[in-house]
Amino acid sequence: MPTLPPSRKPVRPPGRGPRRAGPPKARTSRKEYASDQDVRWCPGCGDYAILASVQRLMPQLGVKRENVVFVSGIGCSSRFPYYMNTYGMHSIHGRAPTMATGLKASRPDLDVWVVTGDGDALSIGGNHLIHLLRRNVNLQLLLFNNQIYGLTKGQFSPTSEIGKVTKSSPFGSITPPFNPISLSLGASASFVARTADRDTKHLTKVLKRAHTHPGSAFVEVYQNCNIYNDGAFFDFTERATKADRTVYLEHGKPMLFANGKRGVRLDGFKTSVFDIEGRDFSVNDAIVYDETSLELAGIVSRMSQRPDMPRPFGVFFCEERPTYEHLLWEQIAAITERQGQGDLDALLYAADTWTIQ
Amino acid sequence: MESLPVSTVAATKSVESLNEVTVLFAGDSGDGMQLTGSQFTLATAFAQNDLATLPDFPAEIRAPAGTTYGVSGFQLHFGSVNVRTPGDEVDLLVAMNPAALKVNLERVRRGGAIIVNVNAFKPHSLKLAGYKDGNPLEEGELKDYRVFEVELSRMTEEALKGFGLDKKAVDRSKNMFALGLTLWLYSRPLKPAIAWLSKKFAKRPELVKANIHLLKKGYHFGETTEDFVVQYEVAPARLSPGTYRAIRGVEALALGLVAASSKSGLDLFYGSYPITPASDLLHHLSRYKNFGVKTFQAEDEIAAIGAAIGASFGGNLGVCATSGPGLTLKAESTGLAVMMELPVVIIGVQRGGPSTGLPTKTEQSDLLQAMYGRNGEAPLPVLSASTPGDCFYAAYEACMVAIRHMTPVILLADGYVANGAEPWRIPSSSELGGFDVNFAGKTNRKVDGKDVFLPYVRDPSTLARPWAKPGTPGLEHRLGGLEKQHETGDVSYDPENHEFMTNLRASKVERVGQFIERTEIYGHEEGDLLIVGWGSTDGVIKTAVDRLHNRGLKIGTIQLRYINPLPSDLGAILGRFNGYLVPEMNKGQLVRILRDRFLLPFTALNKIQGQPFKASEIIEAAINHCEEIN
Ligand SMILES: Cc1ncc(C[n+]2csc(CCOP(=O)(O)OP(=O)(O)O)c2C)c(N)n1
Ligand code: SF4
Ligand SMILES: [Mg+2]
Repeated sequence: MPTLPPSRKPVRPPGRGPRRAGPPKARTSRKEYASDQDVRWCPGCGDYAILASVQRLMPQLGVKRENVVFVSGIGCSSRFPYYMNTYGMHSIHGRAPTMATGLKASRPDLDVWVVTGDGDALSIGGNHLIHLLRRNVNLQLLLFNNQIYGLTKGQFSPTSEIGKVTKSSPFGSITPPFNPISLSLGASASFVARTADRDTKHLTKVLKRAHTHPGSAFVEVYQNCNIYNDGAFFDFTERATKADRTVYLEHGKPMLFANGKRGVRLDGFKTSVFDIEGRDFSVNDAIVYDETSLELAGIVSRMSQRPDMPRPFGVFFCEERPTYEHLLWEQIAAITERQGQGDLDALLYAADTWTIQ
Repeated sequence: MESLPVSTVAATKSVESLNEVTVLFAGDSGDGMQLTGSQFTLATAFAQNDLATLPDFPAEIRAPAGTTYGVSGFQLHFGSVNVRTPGDEVDLLVAMNPAALKVNLERVRRGGAIIVNVNAFKPHSLKLAGYKDGNPLEEGELKDYRVFEVELSRMTEEALKGFGLDKKAVDRSKNMFALGLTLWLYSRPLKPAIAWLSKKFAKRPELVKANIHLLKKGYHFGETTEDFVVQYEVAPARLSPGTYRAIRGVEALALGLVAASSKSGLDLFYGSYPITPASDLLHHLSRYKNFGVKTFQAEDEIAAIGAAIGASFGGNLGVCATSGPGLTLKAESTGLAVMMELPVVIIGVQRGGPSTGLPTKTEQSDLLQAMYGRNGEAPLPVLSASTPGDCFYAAYEACMVAIRHMTPVILLADGYVANGAEPWRIPSSSELGGFDVNFAGKTNRKVDGKDVFLPYVRDPSTLARPWAKPGTPGLEHRLGGLEKQHETGDVSYDPENHEFMTNLRASKVERVGQFIERTEIYGHEEGDLLIVGWGSTDGVIKTAVDRLHNRGLKIGTIQLRYINPLPSDLGAILGRFNGYLVPEMNKGQLVRILRDRFLLPFTALNKIQGQPFKASEIIEAAINHCEEIN
């Protein structure tokens, strides 16, 4: 065994973030879920608010801390598990859904959360994401969308808008972005929602719902990267514009926004906005949101690509269907019931045999 | 053993005894040659011969009929003596069409026998096979061989009249006639094939009847025709006492994994993405549901290993297997497992490369990839499987090493050993070595007066870190790919810690060496030449050494189960020989590792043809080598 180096305090990595950077003083309810590691995101990063909300939410979920596992890929967002005092795995770029699938499939008793970024989930890990959702592994996947590659210092990402000027696109990016909500609906996700870092109340509500959902719960979280993409979502999160630029989806309720003054209605297969007080339409013309309708979710998800429409937040779609691990274990149980518990010696001998004395 | 050869030899036939025979069935991909070969293998196992097989098929599922590149073959070597290779030279070739003859004629020994389906030797098929100047059956091209022209197609059609099968089904059955005939020729029992047919077509009794009828027709044709005046017998081989079965390498790998799961008490989680020749492992394991085996057909090889790692983190036996390019795709995740120090077994069933290469042909060209094909200093144990039956023990051992040392392990097999078959003495589960799995249950350090769990505190003898399953209260911890601080496992960028941890991970793998059994030398324990092999060259090297023994050369051989770490007694063994020959089905990979470790004059012997070595090739190289040093 090599000789030990003199023991010393862990040295901080070179890079940004003051030693004591951190969220405002922790409340007691958060403490249980906060690990002893210094949080190393840039001061002001939207990730702090999400972390705080999750730490605050966990004790309310009725799950034992030792049964909780956070799995992530690589990116600023993916440092998340280090800060949670639970089991965790900070894996490799884009692959968190694969580890989470193996873990949950073999250990359905665990409460598994995946934390990922827009580059992590939609670029290098795109394939794994769609297959995770298709299989419907019972876990919560939080996609921190900051529309930028944070950790690699600011290149455009698969959710960056066309024309975005970044280090790797000095003359503007020329590729259209993914719409994560439409994408996950297309991949047969059974639960699809959107929320934002700056609306911690809504964030908490959505995460709670996601947690109760039996199946893959896909939650896009708009997250501000104040270093490389500051203000990307301010239209939807800041008080001056939020009411006019967002619409909150609620099952069974009309799609109203701008403090109830405007509504969203269907014009054929297209959505459009109208004034409640106007001459042509009334409250009754607003879409009554139905989160069980995949068709409606698809149409409403596309509003995000139209600057003339308010941005929808909330639960787009929710459908109950058997989870992957349930079907896996059920099949094993049924076959074991039929064939009896496997016997190793019998298996080794399960062929035409002959004996030599 | 009940009802061995059922033959009642007609009075006019003489019976000749043989010690060993090599038979090759060859035909179109659609002719069912693999099936014919495996059924002949089964009957041969029943006749208690020792045997070795070499299935050899094209990558295309149904290449255009009649072409040379669509030829599929199944070679089988059996005998009353020790049989370790599929045979250098073929004694009997069964050629279903001209292309099969064209492709395989050079494998047949001068004076050997060839049975042809003469009905298939029509102008069109002859042209397709590249016989431009006429029919080889008429041109004297085959005068050095004993040729039996059998009307396989016609007799099949005749025999199946009234069975109500369509023309295609009839044509596809002719391999059963050929099988019946060859079974008669070598006095093999019909029973295994009959049992198999009854099971395979259980839902279609008309096919069971037709096929069995045809099989018997072929058999009786042999008895009654005047073409064959001799019938052969091959006496049972003197295998050591025990109960035997025929086993293919992939099957043995699957059983080894199930055995490891069952003996360790860990549930087996197997992640895989289909790829030739590893897919069969997935096919086998997916049937063992009542052993709690979870198979996961992933979206790609990266997901397959990712899921296996996830399952291991959860306290399961995480395993994945792949071939060729799939192993490359797993590289990054393998490195993660090295860093997180989680057990995971990665089986690489090698095939011809690079890139897609020769998907259905064998090669040993992924050794250096297994050793070094990861970013950073990422050592891990590398094991190899030497024979189809040995695949069982190799898989079992790989699981044991992974768990005992908390490390990913790569086990290398190849297409030859995976697809090949041999008689295998069935071990009882109680014979298998014990499996200790200790999950961490409590905290392991006191820090500032508090009991804590540090995930990278090590076992002083193996240097393995503890395995703490999620669900265990008080042991919550985070793993990841960033460098770990010694013991705490916290993220650390400390320069000296990184060097220390890099060395520690290397030492941990080195310490696997403490558990490696003494290296067995086959042949001379010291002398002129040591042949050093690894993996599937085991049988052919031993065969060569046996034959060289008769020539009075002092030659020994060792077959390495462990390539990393190399066994600790290797240096001493090398010291007892004057020269070293390293045969490999690659451009020289083990030889580089040996040269790197021992400054000795290793001679490489390389074959990169997608085909295993012939014993004669090794013998020739060994003799040349001995002449040079003497
Ligand atoms: C295989 C591999 N390729 C590239 C990288 C470099 N890399 C690290 S994070 C990252 C992008 C992160 O972007 P995102 O997922 O959006 O996370 P964010 O930092 O914005 O939270 C890249 C390209 C890597 N770690 N691994
Ligand atoms: S670079 Fe952006 S996303 Fe990353 S920690 Fe800093 S602010 Fe947050
Ligand atoms: Mg990002």
